[in-house]
Amino acid sequence: MPTYRPGPVSLILAALVALFLLMPLLAVIPVSLTPSRMLAMPSGELSLRHYRSLIDDPRWLQSILLSIRIGIVSSAISTVLALCFSLGIWMFQPRFTAALVGFVLLPMVVPPVVSAITLYFLLTSISGFSSFFGYDTWLGVAMAHSVMTVPFATVLILVSLSQLDRRIDLAARGLGATVWERATRIIMPNIKFGIITAALLSFVLSWEEIGVTLFITSVNAITLPRLMWMGLRDNIDPAIAALSVILILITVLVLAVRSFVARTRGTG
Amino acid sequence: MRGVLSDRMGAALLMAPLLLFLVPAYAWPFLGVVKWSFTLPTPGLGQYEALLTDDLVQSVFIRTLRIAAIVTVVSVAAAYAITVVWVRGSPAQRLIAEFCILVPFWISVLTRAFGWVALLSNRGLINTWLQSIGFISEPLTLVRNEFGVVVGMTHFLIPFAVFPLASAMRSLDDRVLLAARGLGSSRMRTFWTVFVPMTRSGIIGSALIVFVFSLGFFVTPAILGGGRSVMIAELIYLRIFQSPDWGLGAAISVVLVLFVGALMALLFRYVRPKQLI
Repeated sequence: MPTYRPGPVSLILAALVALFLLMPLLAVIPVSLTPSRMLAMPSGELSLRHYRSLIDDPRWLQSILLSIRIGIVSSAISTVLALCFSLGIWMFQPRFTAALVGFVLLPMVVPPVVSAITLYFLLTSISGFSSFFGYDTWLGVAMAHSVMTVPFATVLILVSLSQLDRRIDLAARGLGATVWERATRIIMPNIKFGIITAALLSFVLSWEEIGVTLFITSVNAITLPRLMWMGLRDNIDPAIAALSVILILITVLVLAVRSFVARTRGTG
Repeated sequence: MRGVLSDRMGAALLMAPLLLFLVPAYAWPFLGVVKWSFTLPTPGLGQYEALLTDDLVQSVFIRTLRIAAIVTVVSVAAAYAITVVWVRGSPAQRLIAEFCILVPFWISVLTRAFGWVALLSNRGLINTWLQSIGFISEPLTLVRNEFGVVVGMTHFLIPFAVFPLASAMRSLDDRVLLAARGLGSSRMRTFWTVFVPMTRSGIIGSALIVFVFSLGFFVTPAILGGGRSVMIAELIYLRIFQSPDWGLGAAISVVLVLFVGALMALLFRYVRPKQLI
């Protein structure tokens, strides 16, 4: 427990930064309630028409469903691959561990725009001989998202493995457990929380991915962020404000539940 | 003997899938992009020569470095202010600070950029309010320029700057601060001459992270810059999709990767990776 508390000057500066951080999130609320067709502040009367248009316009629903499908598939791929890889690293501690992990983390470290042009190269090459898997297909997007999320999943699983007591694995090994038994019955149950977090983070990252998606889709695989991007670039559609309010509320709710669960469990 | 052999086999079998996925899906196409930079439109070093001579490319590089530098200074300073309260405040203050850091962190970059459009555009919250109280008659131009880009990027990057700072502040020994106070140093002086220097590794780590992220930023500059203050990432996008000049786009990407790689090498000379989380 720190005994040295921040003074009034620190508190005022921190409050200003907090205000700056929350301002744009609060600003979308009044805009989402405007009766106007264009981006504007409501003057006088409020309207829910932009929330309605989210339901009435089938494009929004379609892209939400597509984003969920891509998120689930890419999260499954990246979690399974990251889990196997991390188990291999942790159980066998191969000689080139640092180089192998470094290679796997590349898509996280390389500037996203470079990853985007790399995946664009990949998917347009595949498109040459496959029409359902390649540029502007949902499977292509799911694969590209797996490439982008697998480093994050790997980091999370490696971190939870690093907190695991090696002796329980040594005991299992000494008692004659096979590699498969050690992995599935000893190690995985102990890092359950890390695996679930990795899957959730991969899903969230895919759900909101835009930098790479922009390069590898055009008219068919329109994910939700891609549709928002289109509405933001051309004529700003206030429906995006309504959607933003909903997304912000979901985020706040999930974080509140998470911090409540962490508090009742005693640890984070 | 059998045990050793099966161990190696097991390791190989477990690690193979991810490597077999990333080599063809990431390493090979990246080499393809590098190849583009040397072969399109004509084989040779022409694209790299163009990088050095093209005025547009040069001005975009300089603008990117300038914006990244401003964003780094502002973000780290702002992050420092809120991290002090997050790490050392009373329980209630810490909860509020955590909420203000984590909520924006988990919200998508598009939503956050849109929030700034809603605040700063000509018919946005700030201009509407300033006009209604009669402070200005014409709306101020706050987006579609460098100001909007800097504001949006700073907002995006503050949470990333917080984590290395928080880790440095948490590992700081309170007794040192008490000793400084006990020896008669004022609060202000203790902060500047003891507290800040002792969080140096956190400051360097967070500055380098923010700077590296800013260099490759795409979404926020594209939305808040409105095509007027183009940064490197947007230039790559334009070269690939609008004026198909894949060779130049690829060459810029290669230079960007090399630059970021050099900065990362610098980062890990000063900071251990564990201090960044």
